[in-house]
Amino acid sequence: MTDLYKLTISEATKKLKAGEITPSELLESVIERIEKVEPKINSYITKTFDIAREQAKQSDERYKNHQSISDLDGIPVALKDVFCTKGVKSTAASKILDDFIPPYSATVVEKLENAGAIMLGKVNTDEFTMGSSTENSAFGPTHNPWDVSRVPGGSSGGSAAAVAADECLFSLGTDTGGSIRQPASFCSVTGLKVTYGLVSRNGVISYASSFDTIGPIAKSAADVAIILNIIAGNDPQDSTSVKDKLPDYKTFLGKDIKGKKIGIPKEFYGAGLNPEVGSIIKSAIEKLKSLGVEVEEMSLPMTDYAIATYYIIAKSEASSNLARYDGVRYGHSEIKNKKLEIKNLIDLYFKNRTVGFGDEAKRSIMMGTHTLSSGYHDAYYKKAAQVRTLIKKEYEDAFKKYDVLVTPVSPFTAFKIGEKLEDPLSMYLADVDTVPINPAGVPAMSIPAGFTSNGLPVGMQIIGPHLGEGKIIEIADAFQRATDYHLKKPKL
Amino acid sequence: MLDVAQLARIELSKAEETKFAGQLGAVLENFELLNKVDTNGIEPTAQVTGLTNVFRDDEVKNSGDRESRDELLSNAPEVDDGSIKVPGVFNND
Repeated sequence: MTDLYKLTISEATKKLKAGEITPSELLESVIERIEKVEPKINSYITKTFDIAREQAKQSDERYKNHQSISDLDGIPVALKDVFCTKGVKSTAASKILDDFIPPYSATVVEKLENAGAIMLGKVNTDEFTMGSSTENSAFGPTHNPWDVSRVPGGSSGGSAAAVAADECLFSLGTDTGGSIRQPASFCSVTGLKVTYGLVSRNGVISYASSFDTIGPIAKSAADVAIILNIIAGNDPQDSTSVKDKLPDYKTFLGKDIKGKKIGIPKEFYGAGLNPEVGSIIKSAIEKLKSLGVEVEEMSLPMTDYAIATYYIIAKSEASSNLARYDGVRYGHSEIKNKKLEIKNLIDLYFKNRTVGFGDEAKRSIMMGTHTLSSGYHDAYYKKAAQVRTLIKKEYEDAFKKYDVLVTPVSPFTAFKIGEKLEDPLSMYLADVDTVPINPAGVPAMSIPAGFTSNGLPVGMQIIGPHLGEGKIIEIADAFQRATDYHLKKPKL
Repeated sequence: MLDVAQLARIELSKAEETKFAGQLGAVLENFELLNKVDTNGIEPTAQVTGLTNVFRDDEVKNSGDRESRDELLSNAPEVDDGSIKVPGVFNND
């Protein structure tokens, strides 16, 4: 059985429980796969195969004694490199953290460890998760497994590419403005942006604190449900984490979705949408209709203001969050560099930050500093925060009428590496279909919906109400039981 | 642009200054469209959790012992007897 790396979590756990395979065998298959395809993909910043082998041995024992501890026991995972992992380098793909070894692990990392998951390593992202292509990384871009001359999307491009290339059975990413959904769409995998606060942000390197979410990227909606059961839930160390009692997300699988009401917001289907992408999404909607759902066109007028609202708030919060990186307590420092004349503390701050941050991080910090500075704060930040209230209300009202909304994830498919790097505005505008969701705080999933004539993946976005992950999983899972787009693999 | 970079503690070369000014200028100009939205009387949203005052009791939990302090300090580039060393704040020569 050499193709174990192709298994989904559900399939792997079945085989592990039946004693057909061991966690170590599964791990070695995935490691071999990583060594084979990594030169083309460049997902992994840090591989932790020694740790993984130790963890797998312990899992072997548990399965041998029929004492597996969770649905993720023995399952190999890759973590976006913004999750602090105790004793293991965590860089946020930035030079300013290129030697940072956290003295503690993020809550979600501990949850995965306690569930018996096997840590393969840390995967690539845009620096501090700022970007939509995984090109803004200090460790080089990750390549899309479906066409290695193209981006995997971002910022969780390392995660999405690794799942698509079977270099892990699942990954955890983060989504602040689309960073799970868009790479999932570009790489033909399933990615969930959760309700804000559903998963603890403790120990996760922050970009925009009122938008950041942590979520699974996996090979199916069924696998997403399994992962969500383990990672969701209140954490006393994250004061923004939800306190609600949560369901068993597996109970939303295998459902009949007849009679569900789906809204189609027309603002997502306008002039900027690539025609091939548009027609693939329309076919997917027809497929949903054939499963018995009721579909109705509707309108979310505030959508046109979402990009501006999102970016002003996100960059403002980012400038604040990145103020802590000065190389004094941790991170890259130029203090021993005799060639630079570091006379006093403020010189040190300037040198460390100038050397340590990449272009997009610098741009973001400067934009946020500007929009928060006195004289501009009301015109930009406060205005955006007010528009945010209107966007949030629009989604709340929509979900009084509809179970979910369906839209494209991106106006186009994966673009070429280098194509948008010198045009930040064009990169920002690429996020038009995903960013409205984060200011509203609601959940949304991207699932494979088809491929264009040149073989590039197209994802469909299913948006749900606050804490409505179950509604999304029901529909996504039903779609995946009736189609096979999510089963297709890239040729590597 | 230079004032903002100063506030952000980032040095820019002349070329970077021009490049970033152009790029950010285009971005902010695009975002002027927000002015078309009537936000009279609308409260700004700071967070979407609906939670307020998430506190815990003021009890000591993990007390800082020598081991975890050393762990925390192990990432600092220059440490002296349990303190982090930095260049003087007012040094000028």
